[in-house]
Amino acid sequence: MDAVKQHQQEEYQQFIKDKIPKPNLLRNAVAAFVVGGLICDVGQFISNFGQSYFNLNKDDTSAFTAIVLVFLGALLTGLGIYDQIGRFAGAGSVVPITGFANSIVSPAMEFKREGYVLGVGAKMFIIAGPVLVYGFSSSVALGILYLLFSI
Amino acid sequence: MEYVRAFIVGGTICLIGQILMDTTKLTAARILVLFVTAGVVMAGLGIYEPIVEWGGAGATVPLTGFGYSLGKGAIEEVKKAGLLGAFTGGIKATAGGIAGAVTFGYIMAVLFNPKTKP
Repeated sequence: MDAVKQHQQEEYQQFIKDKIPKPNLLRNAVAAFVVGGLICDVGQFISNFGQSYFNLNKDDTSAFTAIVLVFLGALLTGLGIYDQIGRFAGAGSVVPITGFANSIVSPAMEFKREGYVLGVGAKMFIIAGPVLVYGFSSSVALGILYLLFSI
Repeated sequence: MEYVRAFIVGGTICLIGQILMDTTKLTAARILVLFVTAGVVMAGLGIYEPIVEWGGAGATVPLTGFGYSLGKGAIEEVKKAGLLGAFTGGIKATAGGIAGAVTFGYIMAVLFNPKTKP
């Protein structure tokens, strides 16, 4: 009897699941906006802190902010907290630079059993690698274009 | 006010990412690549500079800001060192974040193990 009831419940839950429109655009958009905005505010705070307490100049401030945020993103990923934020926030946690750190730590932890060179060392760059490849290449291309047009 | 502006700009950039993820087949990895490249292009076109001026960390913290730093660094260095600067400028400007991400990323991956997924 219980087995039948459970089966019915499962069927009903599946039925509900099919009925719910997926993905919920508005809910996702609001979550991404709010969490993304909050992470940037944390960045703003770190930036202001670096400027006033360490008297950093403009370039050093942005480096300082990036380093602290990347540290926080990596630590929270290690602790399993960042993925929980990510489940709620979607792109709100992916797009900030903390998400870049998350994209390094997640696969590196996952593939640790394959060793520290081809496991951790290589899999760190599953997502970060392409980001750096396209980022570096396009910046070099931009520099060359700028040179050509400024002559 | 500074925090409100950072919140609005940062939130909006993430919102664009979310809409792209939900309405197209772009994965998170492709979004990141797209945003970095877009940042470099916008740095080249001079569009991103005013966004940074207004939005502060709201513009520099998202990956488009990383791309902007790469692009701006390359241009600044070309002004100083010519062709060589095209190769050194971008990475010089972002060296801290990249070295930090790789080093801290490695340390955290060694220290922690993945949590079992529910």
